[in-house]
Amino acid sequence: MKPPAFEYLAPATLEEAVAALGGEDAKILAGGQSLVPMLNFRLLAPSLLVDITRIPGLDYIEDWDGGLRIGALTRHHTLETSPLVRERFPVLHAAMAHVAHLAIRNRGTIGGSLCHGDPAAELPGLALLLDAQLRTTQRTIPATDFFEGTLATALAEDEILTEILLPALPPGTGWGFEEFARRSGDFALTAVAATIGAEVRIVAIGANEKPIRLAKAEGLFSDQSSIDAVAAAAQDEVSPDSDLHASADYRRHLVGVLARRALKSAWEGAS
Amino acid sequence: MRYLEAGKRHSVRFTLNGRSVEGEAEPRLLLSDFLRHHLGAFGTHVGCEHGSCGACTIRVDGKAVRACLLYAVQMDGRVVETVEGLANPDGLDALQAALQKHHGLQCGFCTPGILMSLSQLHDEEPKADEARIRDVLSGHICRCTGYHGIVQAALEVFGKS
Repeated sequence: MKPPAFEYLAPATLEEAVAALGGEDAKILAGGQSLVPMLNFRLLAPSLLVDITRIPGLDYIEDWDGGLRIGALTRHHTLETSPLVRERFPVLHAAMAHVAHLAIRNRGTIGGSLCHGDPAAELPGLALLLDAQLRTTQRTIPATDFFEGTLATALAEDEILTEILLPALPPGTGWGFEEFARRSGDFALTAVAATIGAEVRIVAIGANEKPIRLAKAEGLFSDQSSIDAVAAAAQDEVSPDSDLHASADYRRHLVGVLARRALKSAWEGAS
Repeated sequence: MRYLEAGKRHSVRFTLNGRSVEGEAEPRLLLSDFLRHHLGAFGTHVGCEHGSCGACTIRVDGKAVRACLLYAVQMDGRVVETVEGLANPDGLDALQAALQKHHGLQCGFCTPGILMSLSQLHDEEPKADEARIRDVLSGHICRCTGYHGIVQAALEVFGKS
């Protein structure tokens, strides 16, 4: 298979990378696990690929006031196997097992997944659920403002995501992550993530043109007895599309079922 | 900062199965094609060429990756391992021998990729259980075996049978 011809640049610093992005029809190459298939299919034909993986200092998971700061080039497999992630954000740890397959997780990066902005991908939904702050070469963007639509984010052409900040969850927060896919590692038909702590948060993945917080459903939650009503509201709050893989009705139904399961597990885990 | 012009061939150097190799590649040349057509390493098979089937899985710096989702020029200075590097002078390595014993392959198209993923798993989690083995195998499409023989072979090597 031959991707379209492109120039290749491997900058050594973020400054060089930003300078290369200005003006040209350029794409950032990080893990490449979404970009390279698109090039192989010739869905894209950028004139320049800026390979940022040789820029040092963007691959780390560190304490951030009880939460975590994560370098944008941190690989999925590193997140999946990180004791810090497992301890502080078990919901993220659980979600990582659903991200594609081992060989993809070895290469794909958290920054790449967020910037790609696939509505059925786990990490954008988790960023929303965990109230992530996304630090770029220009500013800090809350996850709520970052995702704008299918494969569309708030990033400017010459802006690079550098760090993901996850604020600490209040002690005793319960969580649930439920995903349905036809085969292990496939993109989710839909997934629902929830936390119950100081507040209730519910995020639907793959059910809209971007991951969304289900605010109406969240508002109906009181205790265990409200879970069925909240799940029914969650189902009404999403607007999925039909495609080859599932009808809109089926996806909507799944959101209800998965919300019920995620909330039940979050309620049982909360203290 | 390394800049490579489109449409021109550029020198690439990396370690392949313990020995230093060198060749020339356009930026757009996939690593899978570079291995096969420039280095003659035909052990890495090419299936879907978009990261789904797992046939071209190799190891780069110890991690299993899809060779069809990497460009050869990205490999400068990296350590690359393919199925050709598994066997030792005395014969097949443990995973290969177990696949043979348990009929873990028929046509053999998917086998090199499966071996490279299982070899990372064995290095990182030598006590992985059947569920974990099956999870890793889910990244590989095999249309001959129904996976049973592959799982049995892995279980033996992981000390679970």
